[in-house]
Amino acid sequence: MTTIGLPHFLIVGAALFSLGMVTVVTRRNAVGILMGVELILNAANVNFIAFNHYVAAPGTLTGQVFSIFVIVLAAAEAAIGLAIVLAIYQTFHTIDVQETSLLRE
Amino acid sequence: MEQTDNIARAIDVGWLWLIPLFPLAGAAVNGLFGKRLQERLGKRANHAIAVGAMLLSCVVAEVAFWKMIAAAPGDRFFENHLWTMWRSGALKVDLSFGLDPLGMLMTMIVTHVATLIHVYSTGYMADEPAYWRFFFWMNLFAFSMLLLVMGSNFVVMFFGWEGVGLCSWGLIAFWYEDLEKAKAGMKAFVVNRFGDFGFVIGLFILFWSLSGIWSPETNRYIPERGLAGQVMGASAEPARVSRSGTVLGPTMEFRELRNQISDATTGMAERLRELTFWGFPLLAVICILFFVGATGKSAQIPLYVWLPDAMEGPTPVSALIHAATMVTAGVYMVARLNFLFALSAPAMTVVACVGVLTAIFAASIGFFQYDIKKVLAYSTVSQLGFMFIGVGVGAYWAGVFHLMTHAFFKACLFLGSGSVILACHHEQDMRKMGGLKQYTPITRWTYLAACWAIAGFPWASGFYSKDEILWKAWTAEGLSAPWLGHAIYVVGAIAALGTSFYMFRSYYMTFTGTYRGAAGHEDKERLEDPHAMAAHVHADEAVHAPSHAAAAADVHQVPHQHDASHGAAPDAHAHGGVPHESPRSMTYVLVALAFAAVVAGAIFGWPAAWGGGSEPLLERFLAPSIPAAELVKFAEPGRATEYLFQFFGLAIAALGWFAARVLYLDAKSTVPARLKELLPRAWGVVYNKYYVDEIYQATVVRGSLLLSAIAYWIDQNLIDGFVNFMGWLGRSLAYVDAAIDKYLVDGAVNGLADLTINSGRALRRVQTGHIQSYLYGALGGAIAFVIIQYVIR
Repeated sequence: MTTIGLPHFLIVGAALFSLGMVTVVTRRNAVGILMGVELILNAANVNFIAFNHYVAAPGTLTGQVFSIFVIVLAAAEAAIGLAIVLAIYQTFHTIDVQETSLLRE
Repeated sequence: MEQTDNIARAIDVGWLWLIPLFPLAGAAVNGLFGKRLQERLGKRANHAIAVGAMLLSCVVAEVAFWKMIAAAPGDRFFENHLWTMWRSGALKVDLSFGLDPLGMLMTMIVTHVATLIHVYSTGYMADEPAYWRFFFWMNLFAFSMLLLVMGSNFVVMFFGWEGVGLCSWGLIAFWYEDLEKAKAGMKAFVVNRFGDFGFVIGLFILFWSLSGIWSPETNRYIPERGLAGQVMGASAEPARVSRSGTVLGPTMEFRELRNQISDATTGMAERLRELTFWGFPLLAVICILFFVGATGKSAQIPLYVWLPDAMEGPTPVSALIHAATMVTAGVYMVARLNFLFALSAPAMTVVACVGVLTAIFAASIGFFQYDIKKVLAYSTVSQLGFMFIGVGVGAYWAGVFHLMTHAFFKACLFLGSGSVILACHHEQDMRKMGGLKQYTPITRWTYLAACWAIAGFPWASGFYSKDEILWKAWTAEGLSAPWLGHAIYVVGAIAALGTSFYMFRSYYMTFTGTYRGAAGHEDKERLEDPHAMAAHVHADEAVHAPSHAAAAADVHQVPHQHDASHGAAPDAHAHGGVPHESPRSMTYVLVALAFAAVVAGAIFGWPAAWGGGSEPLLERFLAPSIPAAELVKFAEPGRATEYLFQFFGLAIAALGWFAARVLYLDAKSTVPARLKELLPRAWGVVYNKYYVDEIYQATVVRGSLLLSAIAYWIDQNLIDGFVNFMGWLGRSLAYVDAAIDKYLVDGAVNGLADLTINSGRALRRVQTGHIQSYLYGALGGAIAFVIIQYVIR
């Protein structure tokens, strides 16, 4: 039985990032994309904390503080993102990103 | 000679420019507004302006004259500098007027005779439709002539010289609708161009020769043999001033030229004497070139041919331009440049010989002419020849004296002939005149007086001037060969005999006998025999119609003089009336000129040999202008010889008069007609003026036309060919250039533009508007970045 080390955390972070990325890329629902973005941000949070615990000097809280900031930022981002989605809906009567392609050539 | 150092110093007189100004102003008014004035105010306005301008000019000239008389002889150089026209190196040309005694005399003659002839013209031209144009040209002529005589430098003189040529053209061809008259005007103009060419070239060489190597140590010119090198002033150098204070170097001013040549301390005279030009003596070249100009303007051999044709102009024009003033310009110029001519014996000889040849040649043509104006024209040519004898042998004052007396008597003769022509209803052929003495008494007496003067009978002016010229010719010592003077005297004396003969011939043919005009015949024969009349009129027409087309055109062009102002002959309204005396505006002028013609000689030229204790008045007056009088030497055979020669002069005049009287009085003698039949060929040659016009036609005119044809051919084929080739070359180059421009330059520009457009068209597909495709891009980029990082590491 091996002890859980840094690579395990990084694998989890990478898996989370990948899942978020796939969600963002494949989802046609704007709210779903926002959710994918949350996954990506949280994957970063896992990495911050893991690196803080294993690489930086023990007892410091730099990674954790950074994660807190990211969570706050994610909350703000979700708020703005949902507002944008609402505005999109009002304009297009849909939140399918395939339909909202006014910025093409 | 009162002058000690022989240097002329100018006195500034600020108002001399007024003398030519008035005629110019008159010409300007008549030229610009004359037609409207004539329509609104009548012809009176035109001639009031023209005559008024001449009178004002006359008054100013008089003031200048009396001011000159009051001045000491050494102070008689009036100058009036207006402004500098241009300056270039050593060449400085001022618009300035100068009056020395010679110029003053000419100015007086020009202004006074011109005024008289303007007055005469008001009568002669009264029915002319283009009255204003006539007076425009006349005033412009007076202005140009005054520029010519008053110009203080060659350039102003040349302006006048060309100006009188222009006015001469305009006035000879005044009735330009007649082709013959237009041609005559053109002939005068073109022939004068030949002369002007000589004048200008002479001036250039003279200007060139006045530079030279100057030694500041001795204040003298260093003699050179050939004329070479630069004209002074091309490079900056200090002014050259002689010890006497004369400024030296190339100049256009007559007075400065005179001073540097007359002033012995400058060495200029010696330098000029020794210089050669292409192997010829420089002075002779210059003087002969100037004289070529004089032969054109003053109608000497070989350029005299224009003057007889110039008689196509109105008669007052013939009197003013072609007798009294313009044609004397050449004599005036030679007299003006006396200091140059006197230095060169060959030049003097050429002038005198051409003069005497012209005198005899023209006189002989004058013998058999029937056109009264042609007689006077050849007489003018002949008398101008006498003037050139005078200035040629070095008797400058005598030449100028004859110029003055000739201005009076020839103007009188021409105006008299104008009066006669008018009296005979524009008939110029003397064969159709005759018996006019009872119809036109004033004209007759004035004409007789002028004949008396020109023939050289004592106490009339021609005697003094012609005798002086011939006497000086006999005693001349300045010519190339000692016998030349005697030869010139003999030939000149024969010419004088001819003068007397043809003048009295014209007088007897015109004024004595019975009136032979067509109208006179008609009147007489109508009374006598009605049948003969018809035949005669018919014959008359047949004879006159071809030979007098010009006269007929004259009648056509100038509506007759028979208007209300014409009180003398109220019955002469119809074309066929009897001859009549001319209006007073004409006869008064005739009387004035006849008076001058008779008395001027005795006043101005009373010979020293006849007592009175001094040289003739005119000689003393002109002395300051003629420094060369000291250079030219004459023999002094004594009083007795001089009296003898004066008697010869009288005898010659009397002989000519007697011959004319015998042959032509009352048209009784049959000798002239028999002579004509006896020697038809000789008569024909002389009557046709020795076929000189035809020779000129065959040589000069034909040559010129041939030359112009050659030039035309060269122009058409060589020059145009070259030009066309250059054009073709340019066009071909332009094609190449256009191709380069089109395919290379434009290709590059368009290619770039196409590239931009196409790449833009390709790239804009990327902009799908689908946010997820952008994400694919970002993801792909990130992955590619990672891979590149991995590979490079």
